[in-house]
Amino acid sequence: MIQTDICIIGAGPVGLFAVFEAGLLKMRCHLIDTLPQVGGQLSEIYPHKPIYDIPGYPDIKAQELVDRLMEQIAPFKPQFTLGERVETLAKQDDGSYLVGTSDGTLVHASVVVIAGGLGCFEPRKPDVEGLSQFEGKGVEYMVKNPEHFRAKKVVLAGGGDSALDWTIFLSNVAERVTLIHRGDTFRGAPDSAEKVFELARDGAIDLILQSNLVDVSGADQLEEVSFMGRDKVKNSIKADYLIPLFGLSPKLGPIANWGLNIDKSAIEVDTFDYSTNIEGIYAIGDINTYPGKLKLILCGFHEGALMVQSAFKYVYPDQKLSFKYTTVYGVNAF
Amino acid sequence: MITITIEDRNGEKQAIEVPTDVNLSLMEVLKASDYPILATCGGIALCATCHVQVLEGYDELPPAGNEEMDMLDTLPDAAFDSRLACQLRISEEMNGMIFRICGE
Ligand SMILES: Cc1cc2nc3c(=O)[nH]c(=O)nc-3n(C[C@H](O)[C@H](O)[C@H](O)COP(=O)(O)OP(=O)(O)OC[C@H]3O[C@@H](n4cnc5c(N)ncnc54)[C@H](O)[C@@H]3O)c2cc1C
Ligand code: FES
Repeated sequence: MIQTDICIIGAGPVGLFAVFEAGLLKMRCHLIDTLPQVGGQLSEIYPHKPIYDIPGYPDIKAQELVDRLMEQIAPFKPQFTLGERVETLAKQDDGSYLVGTSDGTLVHASVVVIAGGLGCFEPRKPDVEGLSQFEGKGVEYMVKNPEHFRAKKVVLAGGGDSALDWTIFLSNVAERVTLIHRGDTFRGAPDSAEKVFELARDGAIDLILQSNLVDVSGADQLEEVSFMGRDKVKNSIKADYLIPLFGLSPKLGPIANWGLNIDKSAIEVDTFDYSTNIEGIYAIGDINTYPGKLKLILCGFHEGALMVQSAFKYVYPDQKLSFKYTTVYGVNAF
Repeated sequence: MITITIEDRNGEKQAIEVPTDVNLSLMEVLKASDYPILATCGGIALCATCHVQVLEGYDELPPAGNEEMDMLDTLPDAAFDSRLACQLRISEEMNGMIFRICGE
């Protein structure tokens, strides 16, 4: 089990900067994120976009801001669990918390800070009848181990880079690969698109354009996938696997189940210290809401600074906290 | 002023009047009219949470650009008449068009 002072759920910019503010008060942090990388929306949605409202930076690319934050918090040696989703949050008798992830990782912390942004980034799922029934029984949203698909009939859906890349890759592994795409051109990398058209011309894969998935069926395992083109005629193909690849989008997810006061997918907090209705749990950044809330990186940073003052009192009720400038005391690394 | 009709996620239709001289996108108009669309990225074709279907008038709209097409391709429920509301500038040509709000 991992021991820490503060367990931060979400490694977006706000969760990252909270490590710095906590570090100034000598509190250690462990961060957990479902994404395989840190940076939240900045690295997942807009890494190359310039941001213009970070104080001191007339403009800075989103990924660069994340990199700078990682550099800034490095002295406080934050620990990370990435690629795992926080599922459970249990208060212990002594007021501390046990945080559990989808992969069974357990973090024991005095304080929990939810910096979950817009929620967990999860695969976009097509609204297709019966789809959820076959999840794990033929329907997969990512390719973890390509060998899994050896000598199987695989249907992929989507038109982005990952749909193209996996179509090409699996064409050498699976018995048959079919790619279903809404459009008639691909805007992914031109090389990959060209390769996919070539494979289709050579009869190595089936390419079904201008079509959408409509339903899936089977007894226990997935057996058949149906799609419809512009002509509204429904066709079906045999399939052992269906892999819809439509990228990731954020969903509130398990945060909704922890007994917190939620208003429109955001956690209600007290602006005195960004505490939630449960003592020892704080919420900062895009995930929280209060009168006048603005979903800005800048505001999330401010919230983190105030939050750690209160978290310190929760962790060390008997210690007095004197406020110190970094210019006076510097950054004292762990 | 033009009039467009919006169908919400419950299938209810309502006509709204929109000025054409203020350089707004359809996404901004929908937000201002209190329709629950997220528009997470603020209108730069990066989040696809402003997805609409154009039930009437699709062919009269300027065609979607590359960035919009890219994002539409990430939407599993995108139909052939799908657009991103943030990429549609309110204009005279939109008078009488019908838009359905999609997604969650
Ligand atoms: C296109 C775009 C442009 C923007 N431009 C600006 C701008 O110019 N200026 C500005 O200030 N803001 C801008 N924003 C908003 C800014 O990105 C957000 O305010 C910021 O990302 C919030 O940071 P955060 O750390 O609170 O949340 P996020 O960045 O959303 O990170 C939250 C993280 O928590 C993780 N998470 C959630 N739940 C769980 C769970 N149960 N288990 C594990 N992990 C979990 C998520 O996977 C995610 O990685 C923009 C946003 C977008 C989309
Ligand atoms: S508001 Fe994000 S794509 Fe339109």
